[in-house]
Amino acid sequence: MSESRAVLEGPDIHRALTRIAHEILERTKGADEVVLIGVPTRGVTLARRLGERIEQFEGVKIPVGSIDITMHRDDLRQGPARPLGRTDLPPDGVDGKIVVLVDDVLYSGRTVRAALDALSEFGRPAAVQLAILVDRGHRELPIRADYVGKNLPTAKSEKVKVSLRETDGRDAVILRKGDAR
Amino acid sequence: MNRDLISAGDLTRDDALLILDTAEELARVSERSIKKLPTLRGRTVVNLFFEDSTRTRISFEAAAKRLSADVINFSAKGSSVSKGESLKDTALTLEAMGADAVVIRHAASGAPHRLATWVHGSVVNAGDGTHEHPTQALLDAFSMRRRLGGLDGRKIAIVGDVLHSRVARSNVLLLHTLGAEVTLVAPPTLLPVAVDIWPCAVSYDLDAVLPKSDAVMMLRVQKERMNASYFPSEREYSRRYGLDRDRFAKMPDDAIVMHPGPMNRGMEIAAEVADSPRSTIVEQVANGVTIRMAVLYLLLGGDTA
Repeated sequence: MSESRAVLEGPDIHRALTRIAHEILERTKGADEVVLIGVPTRGVTLARRLGERIEQFEGVKIPVGSIDITMHRDDLRQGPARPLGRTDLPPDGVDGKIVVLVDDVLYSGRTVRAALDALSEFGRPAAVQLAILVDRGHRELPIRADYVGKNLPTAKSEKVKVSLRETDGRDAVILRKGDAR
Repeated sequence: MNRDLISAGDLTRDDALLILDTAEELARVSERSIKKLPTLRGRTVVNLFFEDSTRTRISFEAAAKRLSADVINFSAKGSSVSKGESLKDTALTLEAMGADAVVIRHAASGAPHRLATWVHGSVVNAGDGTHEHPTQALLDAFSMRRRLGGLDGRKIAIVGDVLHSRVARSNVLLLHTLGAEVTLVAPPTLLPVAVDIWPCAVSYDLDAVLPKSDAVMMLRVQKERMNASYFPSEREYSRRYGLDRDRFAKMPDDAIVMHPGPMNRGMEIAAEVADSPRSTIVEQVANGVTIRMAVLYLLLGGDTA
């Protein structure tokens, strides 16, 4: 039997994103050159929310885009071909910008690696940073996040599922216990 | 999806929509400065062309290269086929070279089907005799969907030499799967015998069909496959089944004109119709690369063991 519990509820996610938005503004000194790029599906939703908050706080409109990493995955051959997500970069591109990649969960780091590869096909950002809602550990590559909503120690057998209002009807981070092996 | 793409009729509605949606995302790749994706690195795609072809072969080659696959082009002229090698021996040679996919065009209907039983890699039918040309049907459906917004309930007329057309058969099967209503328009001599079991309507009167069509696909009159006289004269054919300026004016204002190419300008289609903004003929070529990228990705991108 597997049990699941919410480790973050709607208000927690709200507060975490508000803090990350402030941190981005602080670290990039006003976010003038920042472009927020989400990894489909939920990373894009999170990137939009961060963009809205930064606009609320400082009145600057941040370009928001999405980058699909499917074609750059290193595990493509371990299953049937996957459907593609949407890549939609802001019209001004990423050259010379500070790109903040946004995703829901940071786990092995392989998604981020693929996103960095995909990004390099569109230009040469001045810097790339990483914003993550949940860091669950178990990295397999030398990658770390610049902005973290919550550090969540997990076992590898557990599953972390992020639900967001826009795609799943409600805001929550669910931790599901895996089957004991 | 199946391992091979032999017939448009093998595709379920979900398969077909997956290919079209994948192509929709890949279309954006050709708008980038770097048009290459690393996805099929280390895979080998063999273009096996026993029949002349320009656009299909180049299109498959461009598609495979944009996905970083290695491409080997093989045309029957100047190869050991001209010394009498059989299809099977050619296939075994390709197999020994480790082809992950074989794109085959052959004058004999059914050749890709036979080939698929001899090689382990995926077989993609790039046109076999008068049988099928599934990637052409997919790119046509893709072009129509982009122009018309959707295919459900759309009325599509396919006009001309249906008898010798692999494009027509593949299109009828695929468009039916996607929910469009197809009407074939041709002189009785240029319709296949069993056309009554195809999932489409048939008419001999182009002028009656045109005003209620959302898209009209003109087919090339395939003189090279005609071993008898199917119509009295080219002039008469053109008068009754050619899309000239007057007929073009009878079509609804937002209807589009398609042609799989190569065209006989002045025969089945007037030059000014072919060059009008409502003609998708050049778009179809560009969409061909995109749709073939989608097919190669979906066949080879995943686990193919």
